[in-house]
Amino acid sequence: MTGLAQYELQEGDGGSVLKLTGPYLVSTIGPIDQDLRVIEGDIVSVDISGVSEIDTVGAWLAREVASRLGAEVSGAGDRAQRLLGALEDIEAEDELSAPRLPVWSRVPEALGEKVFQLRTGTYGVLSFLGALLIAAWSLIRNPRRFRMVALVRQAELVGVSALPIIGLMSFLIGIVIAQQGAVQLAQFGAETLTINLVGRITLRELGVLMTAIMVAGRSGSAFAAQLGTMKLTEEVDAMRTIGIAPMEALVIPRIMAAVLMMPLLGFYASCMAIIGGAVIGDLILGIPFWTFLSRIQEVVPTYDLWVGLIKAPVFGLIIGLAGCYHGLQVRGNSEEVGIRTTMSVVSAIFAVIVLDAFFAVFFTELGWG
Amino acid sequence: MNAAKQTHKHERYKGEYPIVVEGLTNRFGPITVHENLDLKVRRGEILGVVGGSGSGKSVLMRSIIGLQTPNEGDVRVFDKSIIQADPDEEIGVRDRWGVLFQGGALFSTLTVGENVEVPLKQFYPDIHDTLRKEIARYKVLLSGLPEEAVRKYPSELSGGMKKRAGLARALALDPELLFLDEPTAGLDPIGAAAFDRLTRELKETLGLTVFLITHDLDTLHEICDRVAVIADRKIIAVDTVPNLMELDHPWIQEYFNGPRGRAALTAQALDELRQHMELPVAAHAVKALDKPPAGKDKA
Repeated sequence: MTGLAQYELQEGDGGSVLKLTGPYLVSTIGPIDQDLRVIEGDIVSVDISGVSEIDTVGAWLAREVASRLGAEVSGAGDRAQRLLGALEDIEAEDELSAPRLPVWSRVPEALGEKVFQLRTGTYGVLSFLGALLIAAWSLIRNPRRFRMVALVRQAELVGVSALPIIGLMSFLIGIVIAQQGAVQLAQFGAETLTINLVGRITLRELGVLMTAIMVAGRSGSAFAAQLGTMKLTEEVDAMRTIGIAPMEALVIPRIMAAVLMMPLLGFYASCMAIIGGAVIGDLILGIPFWTFLSRIQEVVPTYDLWVGLIKAPVFGLIIGLAGCYHGLQVRGNSEEVGIRTTMSVVSAIFAVIVLDAFFAVFFTELGWG
Repeated sequence: MNAAKQTHKHERYKGEYPIVVEGLTNRFGPITVHENLDLKVRRGEILGVVGGSGSGKSVLMRSIIGLQTPNEGDVRVFDKSIIQADPDEEIGVRDRWGVLFQGGALFSTLTVGENVEVPLKQFYPDIHDTLRKEIARYKVLLSGLPEEAVRKYPSELSGGMKKRAGLARALALDPELLFLDEPTAGLDPIGAAAFDRLTRELKETLGLTVFLITHDLDTLHEICDRVAVIADRKIIAVDTVPNLMELDHPWIQEYFNGPRGRAALTAQALDELRQHMELPVAAHAVKALDKPPAGKDKA
């Protein structure tokens, strides 16, 4: 410890002298800075000959104080002289943040930007879909360019490695539906209808819907983050210059994997949910496990299965599109990767749920009620 | 004066060797990068560190600044052992050094000025906002960046400007020690020469000790006081460039006396000769070197 930065005002003929003593370093200057900035008076010189140690911060403060008071810095040693020399031409200003507009023009601007984004966003997604179709068509004409290995790898990531978590989730959902359903149906003495409830709702709706939400969270986000990082590190640009179309190499395998895996995962999820329901039926309702399963076959119409299986690839397409589109939109910095990943998941889940509502009405109108 | 306001403060290091590396051994699986490596850096010098790609220059730097725990050996910075300390533990040296990473390693969500503010905020929270911002701003200008760069994001800067911004952040706390990892790699010759000059100037004004990893022969000739050569998992020599060139080690000979090494040397000799242009002999020599007789330089 070598003491503190201090100051002292010495009256003299022709004006007073502000005498600085002690170490004037970045580590000692904090407590004294504000005091020095409010000193007033007829000061002709700031004497730093008593300063034991000085760095650029000390030199800066001495100069600032002196120039505010219209005084000279005096008594500078070799080192202080060099430091003052280095700082000579630099003006004092304290603005570091990127330029920002005042709030009354910033808010309307942000709102306007959102409105335009709505348009450019829709346009962007549609042109991305268009580019995807063109790439798919050129792949159909040149099937040798198709990247089987990438597709299999993505199918493994999207499908196979999701089996445990989706299985567990669906099993638990089956249990909840059966248990809660049984409580309500018991009021009409219709506990056996629990089988209809579990079978129809999981195959038609919940199996696929919950799977879609899980896949969006697991794989859609992974697509966006992966492609976004590749964009930042210029890997995507490097691919283009080598003549590899990112659409073919990166996007199509991912979207195809999502489209192909979604029906399989959805069907698997429905089966697991029915098994969960059957377990509860056995334990609580006294319906034997195997009876529950064979009753499913009798009470669930085949078109319920079709409803689920038709929706699944469409949901897969939406999830894959959202993930890849947002990933490739990443620009600038690492924060953008996070923003785009969130956007991909949110927009995918939102679109899936809206579309599910349309499907529900559509299939009912078809007579598959 | 209120004693409670007082912050911790270190005296400037007065000893002879701010960095001492003893018996350093680094292994990655079966590969031994360093074996029993010793190095002492003198106070107030610019020490250049050279070595082939993969010879462990960056690993050596990471060992010294505590990002890489070595398998054996000791590293002392300002006489304090780095090895025993946890990478995030405060041992009173991290506010006394600045590190410029190869890519700049700027925080991408902050502007350049805000980047420089980060170490100040971390170590000296009692510095008032206004002063802290002024400090950050003049550090950016000291590093040779233009006025408008202060408020720009790293993604808006060119490669050379990013390096200067990284240097400004490394200088934020008025450090005594500066680590530079290939500061001129990827810069054009004019930018690289300017960066060399800046390093030299800052070293002299601020009284820095500089640990500089480089591949740039011009940098070695122009600004390094001594050069440490890493080869065969050790520091095989630490000396001035002319003395190193006398040594009879194949790698050193290849490095300094290869075509690029000779070109850098000729360039430096020409520079020195030009300073004595009024002397008739020197003027003659420069002319001869600038315009060699036809056919003589095609060998």
